Amino acid sequence: MEIKVLGPGCPNCKKLLKMVEDTVEELKIEASVHYVTDMMEIANTGLIGTPGLMINGRIVLSGRVPSRLELKERIQAKI
Amino acid sequence: MQFIRTFFSFINDQFLKMNWLNNIVKWMFGDVFGLEEGTMVYESVTFFFYDVVKIFILLSVLIFLASYIQSYFSPERTKKILSRYKGIWANTIGALLGTITPFCSCSSIPIFIGFTKAGLPVGVTFSFLISSPLVDLASVILLASIFNWKIAFAYVIVGLVIAIIGGSLISLFKMERYVEDFVMQGVNPSSDVEIEEETMTKKARVNYSIEQVKEIVARVWVYILIGVGIGALIHGVIPRTFIEQVLGDDNPFSVLLATILGVPMYADIFGTLPIAEALVLKGVGIGTVLAFMMAVTALSLPSIILIKKVVKTKLLVMFVSIVTIGIIVMGYLFNMFDYLFI
Repeated sequence: MEIKVLGPGCPNCKKLLKMVEDTVEELKIEASVHYVTDMMEIANTGLIGTPGLMINGRIVLSGRVPSRLELKERIQAKI
Repeated sequence: MQFIRTFFSFINDQFLKMNWLNNIVKWMFGDVFGLEEGTMVYESVTFFFYDVVKIFILLSVLIFLASYIQSYFSPERTKKILSRYKGIWANTIGALLGTITPFCSCSSIPIFIGFTKAGLPVGVTFSFLISSPLVDLASVILLASIFNWKIAFAYVIVGLVIAIIGGSLISLFKMERYVEDFVMQGVNPSSDVEIEEETMTKKARVNYSIEQVKEIVARVWVYILIGVGIGALIHGVIPRTFIEQVLGDDNPFSVLLATILGVPMYADIFGTLPIAEALVLKGVGIGTVLAFMMAVTALSLPSIILIKKVVKTKLLVMFVSIVTIGIIVMGYLFNMFDYLFI
């Protein structure tokens, strides 16, 4: 599984990144987690509201930090 | 009818203006601590505590409601809606969506690039970027709480008009030329990744709204305390004659001065409201006060620096000038017709 956190470095983006890393560890799944900060690269995905969460090439969350439970469910749905 | 009016004014006084809170604060400092009414200390202290508590209560409730509504309007959705309109309609819808789309100045660059990439005219993006910090649900209700509904309503209309005209002028003068090259060259119009329709549950929306309240209060509480502090000083300590001389209606430069003072300042509208309140109580014209508030919220050094990253100097200068001139004109008009509002 490929997970990307998209965000230019705002506090919320870092918070989401940390949550994703924690969740991946907790679920014990094989996943590569990337943090994309390049503004043009983010814009070219079509995402505007940051932070965004991309799993296997699809944006599943945009413009908000979800609760831990919601994040877990969204990741589990993609396994 | 009479009953409805009484009922509405009761709600207005107790919930919006929180007269009960004012009474408690006055009782606390007057009767319990024995401060003498009318002294500098009494006036400053009661103003400070009444305003701090009132603003924090209203702010929390309003941010919650506003965020709940906003959870239905993501910037991606805004972009989609906007691309359906043309000409001045696009500017109008852009300005309107600016009032409900979640926004903080840190996201102005992603929004700018994203809108440009979607093929939206630069003028429409600016209509959105001008109205977004200027007008939102929470600030309108706070304005109604501190002043009255007429002023709150007029503020919304003026804010929208400045956003629409500003954006339209930028389109009219074909300012796309002055967008930084990397924005135009770097975009790949067909590279959009599929965004799964966000199915937010009611619980997720409530959760999002609570998080927003926490985040915004954590960000703005300092500005509110500073704002109320300055307001309390103006209210209790600074002599009326001095304020009237500098910012009063007799000084023809009052609006100009208030605007120029406000432009570089960075503060939330919630921090500027108590200052505005104190100034109005000291006899400063409503137009002068609104000009100051708008200048502080619409433009600030940090936001200008951010926008500078994506546009060239000419467009930046035009953007700042249009908004500043719009605010000044609005200020003088409000002062001329203030009998309609007070």
